[in-house]
Amino acid sequence: MALLEANGLTKKFGGLVANENVTIKIEKGTIAAVIGPNGAGKTTFFNMITGFYEPDEGEILLNGKSIKGLRPDQIAERGITRTFQNIRLFKEMTALENVMVGVHSRLKAGLLGILFNLKRVQEEEEKARVEAYKLLEYVGIEQIANEAAGSLPYGLQRRLEIARALATNPEIILLDEPAAGMNPRETVEMTEFIKRLKSELNLTIILIEHDMKLVMGLSEYIHVLDYGRKIAEGTPDEIRTNKQVIEAYLGKSASEVS
Amino acid sequence: MAKRFGKFNGVPLLFTLVWIVLFALALYFFDQSVIAFMGMLVSLILLYYTRGSKKLKILLGVLVLLVIIPLVAGGNRYYMEVATQVGIYVAMALGLNIVVGFAGLLDMGYVAFFAAGAYAYAIFATAQANEFIPGGLFPLSGEWFWPFLIVGLVVAAIFGILLGLPVLRVKGDYLAMVTLGFGEIIRIIFNNLDKPINITNGPQGLTPIASPELFGVRLDTPFYFYFIVLVVIAFIILANIRFEHSRLGRAWIAVREDELAAQSMGISLLHTKLAAFATGASFAGIVGVIFAAKQSFIDPTSFTMMESIGILIMVILGGSGSIPGVILGASVVTILQVQLLKEFSNFLHTLQQSGLLNLPNQLDPSKFQRLIFGLLLILVALYRPNGLIPAKRKKNDLEAIKQSKHASESLGILSKLSRNKPS
Repeated sequence: MALLEANGLTKKFGGLVANENVTIKIEKGTIAAVIGPNGAGKTTFFNMITGFYEPDEGEILLNGKSIKGLRPDQIAERGITRTFQNIRLFKEMTALENVMVGVHSRLKAGLLGILFNLKRVQEEEEKARVEAYKLLEYVGIEQIANEAAGSLPYGLQRRLEIARALATNPEIILLDEPAAGMNPRETVEMTEFIKRLKSELNLTIILIEHDMKLVMGLSEYIHVLDYGRKIAEGTPDEIRTNKQVIEAYLGKSASEVS
Repeated sequence: MAKRFGKFNGVPLLFTLVWIVLFALALYFFDQSVIAFMGMLVSLILLYYTRGSKKLKILLGVLVLLVIIPLVAGGNRYYMEVATQVGIYVAMALGLNIVVGFAGLLDMGYVAFFAAGAYAYAIFATAQANEFIPGGLFPLSGEWFWPFLIVGLVVAAIFGILLGLPVLRVKGDYLAMVTLGFGEIIRIIFNNLDKPINITNGPQGLTPIASPELFGVRLDTPFYFYFIVLVVIAFIILANIRFEHSRLGRAWIAVREDELAAQSMGISLLHTKLAAFATGASFAGIVGVIFAAKQSFIDPTSFTMMESIGILIMVILGGSGSIPGVILGASVVTILQVQLLKEFSNFLHTLQQSGLLNLPNQLDPSKFQRLIFGLLLILVALYRPNGLIPAKRKKNDLEAIKQSKHASESLGILSKLSRNKPS
């Protein structure tokens, strides 16, 4: 059984069909990519998996159980987390606090516990701080732990966003264009980093990316969307030579030429 | 501040001490001097910026508030009254700070919760409750004031949740409009709840509300209320500080900064926003009880939209989300509102009476309150957009984290790391 199954997802916005009958299965411990031209419906797909949009039709199963109709925070608690295309950090908070927010759902302190500053709450907070700091160390940015997230350079913000996502202790992490706006060297670093996430943390990774070098070098399985429909899936080699995919990216005549 | 003055690293302690002594004397020798009173309050701001250990500063602050001010001005009804009024608004602004400052929910009907607390006490501490509860048990004696602080808190918190449930579906500007409407609705309900069953006595209001009693002593002068308000403020400040750097406080700020990202971190928007609404409301509830007891008379006109907006101005002026900022904002606005303008008006009146000045009635400065607030807000928005004392997040002590007894544990997802990496 696949870890995550999206069966026949359809999402319409008025007359626009953003996703139509999209079926994607993700195996545990793999790196999968969802690619497609601009406007193909990749982010819509992510938004349905993470509960920001409810699919009009179809079913989403995590470990065989339906997560359709759950709120985003409930889905996060069940082990699916994400980063965003246009980095969404809590800008006024420090980097460390950003990661501590990720630990939120595993903390138990309630209103009264906080008000009376119970021993249990203090202990929990200390643990959360340590965990957050260690995550910053893991992604290699612990030296900026006390800086406001909004003041960090772009590359570090990307890393911080991943550290924050890891703090939710996920099984699956969805990366929405993790290498957007990065130079070639940074992209290589990011590729290595994502590989580490998989091998060291047993994470299942789904990514949306336009950088083909990163996609081909990283993913074990690729799903291609075009105009909201899935037009192909397969290993990087299969996708590279797939006629329909080349057509979608370059137009009809290109595939005839090649 | 630090940038502009280069090496500004705090006010010397000696300067602050001299200042405190100077204005304490002024407070003692002048009967109704706004200047002396403000000087005394400024000493607290100075204290905030004074060099020195935090403990010493807090100790000095407590000394000023609990010993020096009551000692030199305790016999003076005027000073005590003004101080109590400032205190009431500081407490309310700190409550609203949780809703607006931390959670970023623009609540323009905050005074409704204040009203809920005030009416909760007033109805039972006057003969009013006899109208709908048979047995002639009321009015309750002043000893009931103390448990009613908790009752006021709970009633207001319930109001907060009940209002929050429908209202928190909308965001931003829409939330402001809806809360504004709800605030008015509450006031109008109180205004009309004298029929079919007379619960609030409608526009006539409720009086005489029992003054607090402690061990048989009636605490009915501003002197006593000064202390009651101080204790409540201390409680609210403590709560604010604890919430700010807690799981809940982080969730509030996360929701304020980015709702989508907060949700994908497992934060439930509804729970988090309701918690903010209820907490903020409950503080207003406590203050409402004190207000009712202090005034001994309340009617719906004390709880108009203008009050809500006034409190919001205090929060924004001082620095939304900043505890010292909000205290400063509330003090400045209250003094301006209740004292400075009135004082200035009186001064002009005396000039007029002595024939030195011929000022038409329309130009009476106390009529320009809102204009002056407006100008003040514009100035602050231009020159200090984050408020007089902007909010800043506390930096964590990284060394302490590294030395923590949990530092060697493998926590959260990183526990997989030790399993996967042969070490």
